[in-house]
Amino acid sequence: MTELNKLTIAEAREGLRKKQFSAIELTESFLAAIEAGNDGLNAYVLATPEVALAQAKESDKRLMTGEARPLEGLPLGNKDLFCTNGVRTTACSNILDDFKPAYESTVGANLWNAGAVMLGKLNCDEFAMGSSNETSAFGPVVSPWRRKGEDGALKPDKLVPGGSSGGSSAAVAADLCLAATGTDTGGSIRQPAALTGTVGMKPTYGRCSRWGIVAFASSLDQAGPIAKTVRDAAVLLKAMASYDPKDSTSVEAPVPDYEAALSEGIKGLRVGVPKEYRVEGMSKEAEELWSRGVDWLKAAGAIIHDISLPHTKYALPAYYIVAPAEASSNLARYDGVRYGLRVPGKDVIDTYANTRAAGFGQEVRRRVLIGTYVLSAGYYDAYYLKAQKVRSLIKHDFDEAWNSVDVVLTPTTPEPAFAFGEKLGDPIAMYLEDIFTVTVNMAGLPGISVPAGLSGQGTPLGLQLIGKPFDEATLFRAAQAIEDAAGRFAPPHRWWETGGLAAPASKAAPASKGAKNAASQKKPGGKRK
Amino acid sequence: MQVDEATVWRIARLARIKITEAEAKGLKTELSGILNWVEQLDEVDTSSVEPLTRVVPIELRQREDKVTDGEIADEIVKNAPMIEDHYFVVPKVVE
Repeated sequence: MTELNKLTIAEAREGLRKKQFSAIELTESFLAAIEAGNDGLNAYVLATPEVALAQAKESDKRLMTGEARPLEGLPLGNKDLFCTNGVRTTACSNILDDFKPAYESTVGANLWNAGAVMLGKLNCDEFAMGSSNETSAFGPVVSPWRRKGEDGALKPDKLVPGGSSGGSSAAVAADLCLAATGTDTGGSIRQPAALTGTVGMKPTYGRCSRWGIVAFASSLDQAGPIAKTVRDAAVLLKAMASYDPKDSTSVEAPVPDYEAALSEGIKGLRVGVPKEYRVEGMSKEAEELWSRGVDWLKAAGAIIHDISLPHTKYALPAYYIVAPAEASSNLARYDGVRYGLRVPGKDVIDTYANTRAAGFGQEVRRRVLIGTYVLSAGYYDAYYLKAQKVRSLIKHDFDEAWNSVDVVLTPTTPEPAFAFGEKLGDPIAMYLEDIFTVTVNMAGLPGISVPAGLSGQGTPLGLQLIGKPFDEATLFRAAQAIEDAAGRFAPPHRWWETGGLAAPASKAAPASKGAKNAASQKKPGGKRK
Repeated sequence: MQVDEATVWRIARLARIKITEAEAKGLKTELSGILNWVEQLDEVDTSSVEPLTRVVPIELRQREDKVTDGEIADEIVKNAPMIEDHYFVVPKVVE
């Protein structure tokens, strides 16, 4: 019974239905795992045991009376970008202070209405702006993975779990939840999934409602799951997706049974391998794994085509115009008047400026300033309009590709996880983390990252599959073929459970205190650095 | 594109973010670096390309023009740093 937290969603669902354990027992095993492991990982910024246990109690009642909903009694983590009714939501920024929404995000409501249990709010980069979870006001998340030295022993250096959904990826990889919500604006679900050996799915733009999710770049943001297996991700996306009149970009389209699609196999599936993804600086391991992925899909019956996506290299610079521009506009609402932090000034303008200087972290300030610049009088055409034109070309590349292939296979990231601080001082080096994932957001397509192997240092690497709009089902099928061939990957040493192997010190401590205090929900906030 | 320090101050004022002298110097380098890097887009001929406005071709839906929500002033002001009754309080704007 002590290992319930190591189950997958599919296994836990079966155990609950067969009454092998109760939803309360399952939930308590996760609450205990969070209590023991979060000090080391800093994955949760707020644990919500009262919410979780109340939901689990209701689940047990329904399981007893045969009224179980699709996700009945399954404990999940919720990225702190999703607004939660009456539960502190910060986007991991100081500017939201002790904000407690009076509403639930549509995606969150879909999950809880399907019977899922919320364990707490997960750490992320501030306003989802980052690729390492180092920009969070609650301090960085520590990956459960460690590098192996030449002698085979694990090294003590802390690795990043990717970002921005780094709390989500770390919590899933370390069994602090069955699965988690994430959001993906340029790779924020897929890149952290790749770096932690988990499965991450960014659905088609419009598949999941953005209502109640703290906005970063509205034409790019999408919610999606991070899970332990492809099947688990398929089960979750089915519940998360819906048409929502409250999000005007939400698309009214039937949501298929993704789990049922998994058994269909990929015989005859046409897989494109784009030559433009063979970039300079890609690790030899990522390249080898990519070829292995091609072989796996071929062995499962797929037909491989070499394809060209000529504007690939322009996706990232275009993204770094579009995303900051939209962010500067979205983040204008944080003015210290209606919610969040206020730092008084000599007049109202001075109050805005003081509040925003104190409330936004360095990367957020940088992006708001870039966005303000490219949208300022005289520069709009040269930057934003130009980038949106390039975006049309990127989308056109994919539209052409769909004439000859059904999915596209690429590595998720050029390299495995890096260590703390390695890229923090160099914005562009950090931005390059998203080089393979950002094209998908620019074209509004669905993409999934599946664990495919380990680097020479024993850390995970992922493969990405990109699909046609609203064809997530095919992506899940192809991802299942990769998972079947590659197997699953778990961190070799569960150091966070025991505090061993140089348990992370000071930096993570304040936030973990925040999570504990928050557990009682008496003193949330003010625990940020 | 190289931005100068005066431009940094101007953008920071537009963005309503207070910066220090030292930050302005750092931002000048950082913003110039990022803007130089995005300038590779100039290599792409976009003279006959329409800008993308929607990634999924859907029409904007319209709904009946009627009130669907309201009477929740308590909830709206609940998170405000300073309120009076159902009003947000800000420093005096008009003399």
